[in-house]
Amino acid sequence: MDKLLLLGDEAFAQGALDAGLSGAFGYPGTPSTEIIEYIQRESDAAERGVKRDWSANEKTALEAALGMSYTGKRAIVTMKHVGLNVAADPFMNSAITGVHGGLLIAVADDPSMHSSQNEQDSRFYGKFAMIPVLEPSNQQEAYDMARAGFELSERFHLPVMVRLTTRLAHSRSLIVRQKILKENPLSLPGDPNQFMLLPAFARKKYRKLLEQQDMLVQASEKSPYNQFIDGPDHSLGIVVCGLAYNYLMENFLENECPYPVVKIGQYPLPEKMFLELRSRCNTLLILEEGMPIVEEMIRGIFGADGLSVKGRLDGTLPRDGELNPGLVRKALGLPLRESYKEPEFMVPRPPALCAGCPHQESFKALNKALEPYGSGHVFSDIGCYTLGFLPPFNAINTCVDMGASFTMAVGAAEGGLFPSVGVIGDSTFGHSGLTGLSDATFRKSNVVLIILDNDTTAMTGMQDSVIGGKIEAVCEALGVEKEHIRVLTPLPKEQDQNVQALNEEIEYPGVSVVIFRRPCIHVLGKRRKEGKA
Amino acid sequence: MKRDIILAGVGGQGILSIAKVIGYAALKRGLFLKQAEVHGMSQRGGDVQSHMRISDKPVYSDLIPRGNADLILSLEPLEALRYLPYLSPGGWIITNSTPFTNIRNYPDIEFILNEIRQVKNYRILDADHIAKETGSSRSVNMVMLGAAAEKLGLSPEFLKEGVRDLFKTKTERIIELNLIAFDKGRMN
Ligand code: SF4
Repeated sequence: MDKLLLLGDEAFAQGALDAGLSGAFGYPGTPSTEIIEYIQRESDAAERGVKRDWSANEKTALEAALGMSYTGKRAIVTMKHVGLNVAADPFMNSAITGVHGGLLIAVADDPSMHSSQNEQDSRFYGKFAMIPVLEPSNQQEAYDMARAGFELSERFHLPVMVRLTTRLAHSRSLIVRQKILKENPLSLPGDPNQFMLLPAFARKKYRKLLEQQDMLVQASEKSPYNQFIDGPDHSLGIVVCGLAYNYLMENFLENECPYPVVKIGQYPLPEKMFLELRSRCNTLLILEEGMPIVEEMIRGIFGADGLSVKGRLDGTLPRDGELNPGLVRKALGLPLRESYKEPEFMVPRPPALCAGCPHQESFKALNKALEPYGSGHVFSDIGCYTLGFLPPFNAINTCVDMGASFTMAVGAAEGGLFPSVGVIGDSTFGHSGLTGLSDATFRKSNVVLIILDNDTTAMTGMQDSVIGGKIEAVCEALGVEKEHIRVLTPLPKEQDQNVQALNEEIEYPGVSVVIFRRPCIHVLGKRRKEGKA
Repeated sequence: MKRDIILAGVGGQGILSIAKVIGYAALKRGLFLKQAEVHGMSQRGGDVQSHMRISDKPVYSDLIPRGNADLILSLEPLEALRYLPYLSPGGWIITNSTPFTNIRNYPDIEFILNEIRQVKNYRILDADHIAKETGSSRSVNMVMLGAAAEKLGLSPEFLKEGVRDLFKTKTERIIELNLIAFDKGRMN
């Protein structure tokens, strides 16, 4: 059998391709980005004509994938956990419409916030929408679960979430490939009203979804990804989800784990397995990557009938952050391993804007123009330019969520802040800045909205931005006056002119858009390599 | 056979290339392997590290447990120390001595080197200098790989094949330079 050395993200992508994938949609976001990148790179996918361009944002991506499922084909949509908030509307409703061709919603969570604004656990969303969730514990499962997920999705006519976490997404291991399946042929849903959520239909379909829950639990009882593994020592029972299984086993390399274990890879939870475990053990330890969702459910199911539940809620494990073998070891009460101490003089080495990055000159100009007004005027967004917060620039004041720069600037202007400045990148503008700009022109807010156009989605590794080449036209169409759409070049020799332009737009009592335009230095390098520049 | 290796450095120094070569070599030897790496934010001149685990038995955790690493291989001295709690009491630190000072509060280099010398097994070499001597200052990472070759549990032949694999799209001259850098690292 064919073996490949792949990241967890790539293993899932390869699994989806081998299971007859017809289209992959997504917006780049660490740690999910490599799924689409892999499919874009694969020559098989190119030959087969698998659709695989980036979308404007997670919502449009999910809707496109749902549309492809409508045609009977197998589709995936990929995003990071916070991206699921953006896609939450179609996500929740896709559980009601159901699907036609298999639809997998791959969401990569980032416990410990390695490169995210929060730690939210997507399994909550899965439970919220009442759809099956698959959670691989290793790269092979990430590969296998793509196929199993499509099968599950087509069997229940429901979207299936595949939940990855940073550590698996960005860790490489060998996987064994399975037989390659053909793509589904084009076909329309048997029920023409299936995707029609007028209240009368939606009520019916929601009831159907509720009725399906028992069957989903039964499927979980039988799933190969959920296992009851008995052990001789019943003083402790362990429930372990996804990747946490590896951290458990890592502590029993020499001997087998002595305790009974319920290993979870598919949700909703297999209730019988829990009853089984409960009948043997009065103390349960819950190991899960992310938030204590299973732990809360177990406390709920078994109540206060003399059961002791250990996990993140009682402090046996930390309430936040990623798990690791050491934390699990401590939770098991095993002696800690001997190790050296980190020296006291250790200092952090945070990331910074690259030398020669266009954003540097943009921030210098902005700082200069805002000098007379003091600090606290700049609402920023998410991308490389968020690093402009750090010294030596200290140029921005906020970073909340994708698109919140423009909209917060509008709200602050209405609160009386002058000047009120929003800073967003080109890709983020395409993702969710447009609507904020539309608000601004509708309200005639007194704001300066800056688009840092480096011609790419640099932070996540140079993906194409869907707004490329359309920015001025879009701004004008959204109601910005032509004279107040300024395009500047962030270079040292342009500095005085740029500061002057910014000053003029600050003075103008309405919506101004200032576009700083110069490609990211790495994009230039990449294009030169590909012979495109 | 088991080796838990932490590869450490600063974004852009090429630790992922080292990881790839070790990965290729481990596969050629038919070993199991897991390699966790840092993506995203940390590539803009921030600290980066990769946990690399190779073994003749299946590997469970993608992360190396604290106190378990057989080797910290670092492209820069301060970064070698960042992961000290992962090193096993008998483990090795092999590090480049040339500091990468893109932060203002970079500690005194003598403090750093002294601290490294407190570790039971260590090896410090000026890989920047050695790479320059071989005429290819960009192959510092291959010098360091060579310096660690003996401690990886993989034969130099496999590693060299790995180097060829890594640069297979490059010119023969570039491959040669990197192999020379690798050998220089082994001898120093
Ligand atoms: S990757 Fe590009 S946009 Fe990001 S900091 Fe570096 S040069 Fe700037």
